[in-house]
Amino acid sequence: MSGFDPMRLVFVLLGGLVLLFIIAPLAGMFIATSPAEFFETAADREVAGSIGLTLWTSMLATIIFGVAAIPFAWILARKKFPFKKLVSAIIDVPVVIPHSAAGIAILGFVSRDTVVGRLGESVGLNFVGSAPGIILAMAFVSIPFLVNAARDGFAAVPEKLEKAALVLGASPARVFFTISLPLAWRSIVSGMIMMWARGMSEFGAVVIVAYHPMITPVLIYERFGAFGLAYARPVAVVFICVCLAFFVLLRMLSSKYDNAES
Amino acid sequence: MLKVENISVRLGKFELRDVIFTADPGGYFVLLGMSGAGKSVLLQVVGGLIRPDRGRVILNGRDITSEKIQKRGVGLVFQDSALFPHMSVYRNIAYPLLSGRMGRSQVRRRVGELADITRVAHLLKRTPLNLSGGEQQRVALARALAPEPELLLLDEPLSSLDVRLRSDLRALLRDINGRGQTMVHVTHDYEEAAMLAGRIGVIENGTVVQTGTPGEVFLNPRSEFVARFVGIRNIFGGTLGGNKGTLRNFISGGIKFTLLSDEPPGEGFVVVRAEDIVISASRPSSSAVNNFPGTVRSVQPARIGAEMMVDIGIELGALVSEESVASLGLKPGKKVWVSLKATAIKYIRR
Repeated sequence: MSGFDPMRLVFVLLGGLVLLFIIAPLAGMFIATSPAEFFETAADREVAGSIGLTLWTSMLATIIFGVAAIPFAWILARKKFPFKKLVSAIIDVPVVIPHSAAGIAILGFVSRDTVVGRLGESVGLNFVGSAPGIILAMAFVSIPFLVNAARDGFAAVPEKLEKAALVLGASPARVFFTISLPLAWRSIVSGMIMMWARGMSEFGAVVIVAYHPMITPVLIYERFGAFGLAYARPVAVVFICVCLAFFVLLRMLSSKYDNAES
Repeated sequence: MLKVENISVRLGKFELRDVIFTADPGGYFVLLGMSGAGKSVLLQVVGGLIRPDRGRVILNGRDITSEKIQKRGVGLVFQDSALFPHMSVYRNIAYPLLSGRMGRSQVRRRVGELADITRVAHLLKRTPLNLSGGEQQRVALARALAPEPELLLLDEPLSSLDVRLRSDLRALLRDINGRGQTMVHVTHDYEEAAMLAGRIGVIENGTVVQTGTPGEVFLNPRSEFVARFVGIRNIFGGTLGGNKGTLRNFISGGIKFTLLSDEPPGEGFVVVRAEDIVISASRPSSSAVNNFPGTVRSVQPARIGAEMMVDIGIELGALVSEESVASLGLKPGKKVWVSLKATAIKYIRR
């Protein structure tokens, strides 16, 4: 294409501004952090412990709730039932409500004087101020990402293939595990990555259910409140680096899987 | 034997009403009807994917109306093959075998046999995504045959293929039927029906309006759908003579047509499209080898041009332009010459 297209120029300029808006604050934060500060913070046991806690709780939240969410997503994609629209809307509620409100709701649900709280206590699980509580709070706010992605993935599997498998004598369970699940896998994996990412970056809901043990977003907030920007920034930078490294790795692994498949 | 008794089902606006037909054991039954006539729904009822509101499906004496899909003993081939894209051709064919108690070596042997019959042995390691349409349908057939169904249902299996592949696949379908497989095949293509069917059931507006041999159905159509293409496309029963590679004779009602065909001599039909018939005032000196004197019986305006019936010993329907009607002075009683190229006459084997 040749010739001057003013509209295109305007669009590119606007796009550049948006991109800059995202990159500039992050870049500024990185530039303001000296390598010495960075490594000192990474070696800080409180920081490392907190990052480790954040990683494993968010991962476990994704896996535990994924087991229930994936079959549920299949039902949403395939079956007709009364109030299906309402159910779909309920799934999206955690995305639209303020996360601190979500935290309050969960805390009310699992605190010691509730049925769930007592039930948990009887098997040695204490939800308030503990890792299980963090997992619940993370899952609450992040599960819509997995359910929606998995539902779209299942909906994209041609129903005819499932019918063909049934006619070929496969049980519904075999059809699910050999046809539906593998064909929707790409969407499910990307939904799981999204859920994990969302859980890991959660602050509002978690801080209310569990200030301690401290996940990294809470730790950043605490250092900011107690010591100021200069002390919070290196923790944020280290945490962002760890997150990015994991996402790049996961994306690479899942795209490698896709390539091997096709 | 498949007996479909008074099947009725309503799906939204669409409904099947009191569908009755019988497919003989080892027979080739074709359900012929326009798209939207309810053919695919009927197949899915027989296959167990749709539960009928009323009526019964009986396969070899067993009432399978409410039987589980997996236990019906029915195979189904879809129009677009529905192969599993994430599995190799081998795994596709082996899929129905792996849920049974078959050992690995047995499965391998059975897949090999099926691949030989359907001529896909060289494709076993490939993925279905980069097979041609014809290859995909062959694999789908092999897969459907793997569990040895008592009945094989085919839903428009040739529709997505080009003409050359169709004739290959038709030969394969005949071959499979020849091995004793009972087949019920659904199509909107009357040529396909005529070429494959032992018996035809014509389905119109959700019910079977006529069943019979291709001869019975095409020569005495009882439905508008069949009558329409019999009316416009001339269909005549008769006998093909001569040998492959030469001009062939086809005798029907005392009239001798000359045509080209690769089929062996025998009983069959010829089909002539009304558009291919040329009408002249005097004997033409063209390349057309079929020239008959005849008398115009009727001339009627059609959607495009005019439709006329000419008696040449048998009645032929022809489509001509209004200009020709005027310039040739076509009207009932007028003597004309009818000519046809050998290639305009299509022979269909019984």
